[in-house]
Amino acid sequence: MLAKRIIPCLDVRNGQVVKGVQFRNHEIIGDIVPLAKRYAIEGADELVFYDITASSDGRVVDKTWVAKVAEVIDIPFCVAGGIKTIDDAAKILSYGADKISINSPALADPNLISRLADRFGVQCVVVGIDTWHDEKTNQYHVYQYTGDEKRTVATVWNTLDWVQEVQKHGAGEIVLNMMNQDGVKQGYDLTQLKSIRQICKVPLIASGGAGKMHHFLDAFKQVNVDGALAASVFHKQIINIAELKQYLANNGVAIRLC
Amino acid sequence: MNIIIIDTACANLASVKYAIERLGYQPMITDDPDLILKADKLLLPGVGAASAAMEQLAQRHLIEVIKVCTQPTLGICLGMQLFAEHSQEGNVDTLGFIKETIAKIPDCGLPLPHMGWNQVYPKAGNHLFREIPDGSYFYFVHGYALPLCSATIAETKYGENFTAAVQKDNYYGVQFHPERSGLAGAKLLKNFLEM
Repeated sequence: MLAKRIIPCLDVRNGQVVKGVQFRNHEIIGDIVPLAKRYAIEGADELVFYDITASSDGRVVDKTWVAKVAEVIDIPFCVAGGIKTIDDAAKILSYGADKISINSPALADPNLISRLADRFGVQCVVVGIDTWHDEKTNQYHVYQYTGDEKRTVATVWNTLDWVQEVQKHGAGEIVLNMMNQDGVKQGYDLTQLKSIRQICKVPLIASGGAGKMHHFLDAFKQVNVDGALAASVFHKQIINIAELKQYLANNGVAIRLC
Repeated sequence: MNIIIIDTACANLASVKYAIERLGYQPMITDDPDLILKADKLLLPGVGAASAAMEQLAQRHLIEVIKVCTQPTLGICLGMQLFAEHSQEGNVDTLGFIKETIAKIPDCGLPLPHMGWNQVYPKAGNHLFREIPDGSYFYFVHGYALPLCSATIAETKYGENFTAAVQKDNYYGVQFHPERSGLAGAKLLKNFLEM
């Protein structure tokens, strides 16, 4: 049986792992390689690295750390941030990343998804979506350039429509970052996840809000997401990955126990 | 030992090289036919579309080279699929060691592509899975698959059962990525290299 995936996310800035609350006020967590290695040993099924400065700065970011991660890690990992062209993606994949994830550049040019999928195969093209719940209108909106407070903008896209659109263009997986929940540890937005799950035919990864072990269980049991991504709870060692996986297995979730 | 990773210009060459280096070997990535023919062990990694991969092999004049190799050769993911006769992905004829067609994974209401860690059930006795327990998890990422056939040495299930590993003569293939499958993957690579 295909196992549900536990995915620690490492936000990378200037070669170090950082973490903010609701995408702001980043504090340094540590060096990339030792942390990646620790997670792999603890039983993470996959790692995601978000170079959170890349898209907002519009500059070329040094990605040689990707090769260092590939050297020591024996689980799959995905790199996000600043991938705007086929060449950007080719470079990161050649360093040893298994997948690339695009977010802001896909909003700027949705055909980028198709070009990446044609060149590298849909299986390595992940689309990250930053979604904000507007309580007044009860609508979900897609945001762009969330790595930089000054540039963060609401797009014209309703989240459900954008999820449909990226699948048409060949997205192989969708990571839904629920901004209202990010870093506040109150649980994933299950209501939103349920509506997205209904229209999402590719693997769906929940992101933003995990604080307790039962939050992961809820996302798997109630929404049937394929993976659950979290950062703070793992970085700050509030939740141990091995214990989390044992808990999920005990509660009937298909899990790879290490 | 002389280990060659055949350079197909595809994406996961580095990961395969690192995984073998972690086992203490020094593999070389090359598309030089002489080096390939002289190698003790060959690996054929592949990511992307079958048609593009066959084009790469043709451009490098490697199709005939791979066909005459007699040393143990391990195809990984798309590399394994190329061992079949034909692929529906891009509707292209492939290397033809296994007289089967690679087909799209049928839509059984599950998310596609098949992505993540799935359990693999080997047939008893194949050296490739020596000391790897039944039902061990390996990492898969693919949208097309090889149906179960006489060359199947291990299977997995996602909606329906399909081939997770094959062997035909000196050609071994795995649909999953041993280089990204933790300890189980490392053990499988070690088994292959120690054949």
